[in-house]
Amino acid sequence: MATTTTKTETFVGKRIRRREDPRLITGTATYVEDIQMPGMHYAVILRSPHAAARIRSIDTKKAVSAPGVVCVFTGKDTKGVGAVPCGVAMPDLRVPQHTILATERVYFVGHPVAVVVARDRYLARDAADLIEVDYEVLPAVADPEKALAKGAPAVHPQWPDNVAFTYHQDGGNIDKAFAEADVVVKQRIVSQRLVPMAMETRGVVAEWRGADRQLNLYTSTQIPHLVRTIVAAMLGLEENRMRVIAPEVGGGFGSKLNVYAEEALMGYVSMKIQKPVKWIESRRENFTCTIHGRGHVDYYEVAAKRDGTILGIKLKLIQDVGAYHQLLTPLIPQLSVLMMPGLYNTQNIRGDIIGVFTNCVPTDAYRGAGRPEATHGIERMVDILAAELKMDPAEIRLKNFVTKDKFPYPTATGLMYDSGDYATPLKKALDLVGYVKLRQEQADLRKQGKYMGIGISTYGEICAIGPSPATPAGGWESATVKIEPSGKVTILTGACPHGQGEETTFAQIAADELGVGLDDILVIRGDTAVVQYGIGTFGSRATAVGGTALYYALQDLKAKIKKFGEMLLESDDVSLMIGQVIDNKSGKAKTFQEIAGAAYRALKLPPNTEPGLLATRFWEPPNFTFPFGAHIVVTDIDDETGQIKIRRYVAVDDCGNILNPLIVDGQVHGGVAQGLGQALWEQAVYDDNGQLVTGELTDYAVPRAQMMPWIESHHTCTPSPINPLGVKGVGEAGTIGCSPAVVNSVVDALSPLGVRHLDMPLTPEKIWKVVAKKN
Amino acid sequence: MKINLSINGKSYSQDVEPRLLLIHFLREVAGLTGTHMGCETSLCGACTVELNGKAIKSCTMFAVQANGAEIVTVEGLANNGKLDPVQEAFWNEHGLQCGFCTPGMIMASKQILDRNPSPTEEEVRHGLEGNVCRCTGYQHIVNAVKAAAAGAGK
Ligand code: FES
Ligand code: FES
Repeated sequence: MATTTTKTETFVGKRIRRREDPRLITGTATYVEDIQMPGMHYAVILRSPHAAARIRSIDTKKAVSAPGVVCVFTGKDTKGVGAVPCGVAMPDLRVPQHTILATERVYFVGHPVAVVVARDRYLARDAADLIEVDYEVLPAVADPEKALAKGAPAVHPQWPDNVAFTYHQDGGNIDKAFAEADVVVKQRIVSQRLVPMAMETRGVVAEWRGADRQLNLYTSTQIPHLVRTIVAAMLGLEENRMRVIAPEVGGGFGSKLNVYAEEALMGYVSMKIQKPVKWIESRRENFTCTIHGRGHVDYYEVAAKRDGTILGIKLKLIQDVGAYHQLLTPLIPQLSVLMMPGLYNTQNIRGDIIGVFTNCVPTDAYRGAGRPEATHGIERMVDILAAELKMDPAEIRLKNFVTKDKFPYPTATGLMYDSGDYATPLKKALDLVGYVKLRQEQADLRKQGKYMGIGISTYGEICAIGPSPATPAGGWESATVKIEPSGKVTILTGACPHGQGEETTFAQIAADELGVGLDDILVIRGDTAVVQYGIGTFGSRATAVGGTALYYALQDLKAKIKKFGEMLLESDDVSLMIGQVIDNKSGKAKTFQEIAGAAYRALKLPPNTEPGLLATRFWEPPNFTFPFGAHIVVTDIDDETGQIKIRRYVAVDDCGNILNPLIVDGQVHGGVAQGLGQALWEQAVYDDNGQLVTGELTDYAVPRAQMMPWIESHHTCTPSPINPLGVKGVGEAGTIGCSPAVVNSVVDALSPLGVRHLDMPLTPEKIWKVVAKKN
Repeated sequence: MKINLSINGKSYSQDVEPRLLLIHFLREVAGLTGTHMGCETSLCGACTVELNGKAIKSCTMFAVQANGAEIVTVEGLANNGKLDPVQEAFWNEHGLQCGFCTPGMIMASKQILDRNPSPTEEEVRHGLEGNVCRCTGYQHIVNAVKAAAAGAGK
């Protein structure tokens, strides 16, 4: 019999290299595209080249008779398939019918029109070119503010004003706050559309097994269980006849926190042709047809006293929805309104959202989802206020922070911040960067006509999403822990981590709780036929919610192990330690193998105890968690080229207890890269006709190695009281903290030129124009 | 068209369509799916393999152009279960998250070290210019390449 290692060392909190890595570094992991099946066919989707058009006719004859082609389906064929759903319910939400293939009209460039199925991907692609679609091109609108203007083309003819939804939230007494203010600062701030650009594009393999009435769907997703529930309903298939597998997933960042037309479409195709079918999104399709993020135009007003005390914040938020709602589209800007006050102690807010239809691909969750926009807004406004009052940006923040003694702190937006100590990371970051000296240096450089800036952002975020009443689909998470008859430990997690490292951190938690070695533990995720129902990985929730479900399942299991230990040791005073149960009186012990053996052999059972060693918990979090931190960015600007050089990037993040510092730093680095991408380079640009101009990696500048500064990553630790692990979540911190720190730094550098605000991305051209104009 | 080539020391002799991309030959004919397609346009580096000792992007080369070549893919790096030092370094330094860019990153990193056994941070970053990673922010990848360099120098 295999032995289970017992050990006294603990794993939580250590820099442990990841257990998922061996398959990834040897090229033996299985992503969707790696799946091959006998008889497998390939699908290619024909998409609209127009942003708005009526489909007069589709002629598929030539394509159908092309070599290797099995069939072609259009919107007429798939009429019986349910619509792609919006998962958010709101009063007055306008939800356009989102069919999986276009029927009468197309609404954005990339809108799926037909699917060609062939025995080879090259032949499918050839045949797609042979489909003739007669379009009557209609006027399009791609800019949300233009879409709101009178006389703009209607994206959906039934709603000529292009308003998709509105949302209003008031807290405290905003009118009084503004009436009493010494100063009011206002600014229009754009948080531009971004392309999530996971390195693995989306992809689906559908395998219909007719004799079993069973549909197996392999899809690159963050939420396999939700995909199963929704796609089964779309296809009219019983949910228990569908199995969704998220194999290795090559990055999501929110873009795979969705249910897409292609997932149902491939299910439909496989059921029709009775063969497995594979569709892999091209990079071009990924740019044009997978959700985008952000897409805000924000109008901020902040009221304050002359001493810098913030009295109230108003925000009018225009959200570019795109042509449809995807799963969570209308929810994302609501997170921005919830986060409006940031870390500051003001009880007066007013937030108004207008969601606007445009002839673009829908927006939805992208790393941070609503919170980077909110943080960017408030952190820019605080700097603008500081400049107006000639205050130091660090000082004005310290003055307005919710202080340490105020937690749990109820915000004006109805949240309850769990724990916090906002001054500590800021002070630490100021120390690390050498703030006082830098300000002196800046004064000297300014005398020489040089532009150097110091930018601060102090951010908070809503993580561990989230209590079920606050989410559209349940905010709990599940975990099962089993001790197998041999004593080995298997964990099934309903969260579906895909790069965040929970195969390692969950093993660390279980190893410490049970006193076994990491190698005794296997973490399984991402298969609805194996894992009990779960919600998924997004919103920095996998560890804080899924890890907690695991923690409680472990407690249940430990109680059962003890019972068997008591029985075998004939003692009522036992403890569980280092992989065994010990009789506290005699010192005699039973190993896990012996206990597992007894529990499964079941010759004798403890009173009121069933055989086997397994525990499942569905944990409902009582609240979100609220991580926070301070990022400081020092920039030097070349006034001849407009190039921004980041001299220092100091990040002090407080994500509560840290289970694995190596993984946490990796999350911070990756998050910062995406924040920096938004701040400096990335932007999804649609022209007036709704063509995506930045639809390839040549035109859409994602950060590359030589573009990234060295990130000095540090931490403070304020455990969350919301979960027994004390963790808060760290997946989005870097992204949320980053962009305002960068923009504040550049604006600070250029402030001698009278610059007060710049919209992202801060391309060299944009900066050069500012400097050249003033010189 | 008939082509002969060697992949990870194994010979292949195969009839292929003239327009079959090398990456599809590797993945679908040879069954080596470690080499990934990230962009199809030579811009992301996920498909990087070594061809006659040089790192190339297999998404923009036809299989027929590789006739007679010796190719090494990520699957060919570990020797009898022993990881290549670059693989080991990526593991130790947490140089990957989702892993999709990783095979290409590892092949590109090997090339950097082949040309320059002790590169500076600058040189590593410059050498990885053609490879996109959306997860790591590159810092741990830089650490990995430098660690591999330091380890190899011992
Ligand atoms: S797939 Fe070859 S460079 Fe991107
Ligand atoms: S590890 Fe995910 S793209 Fe590099």
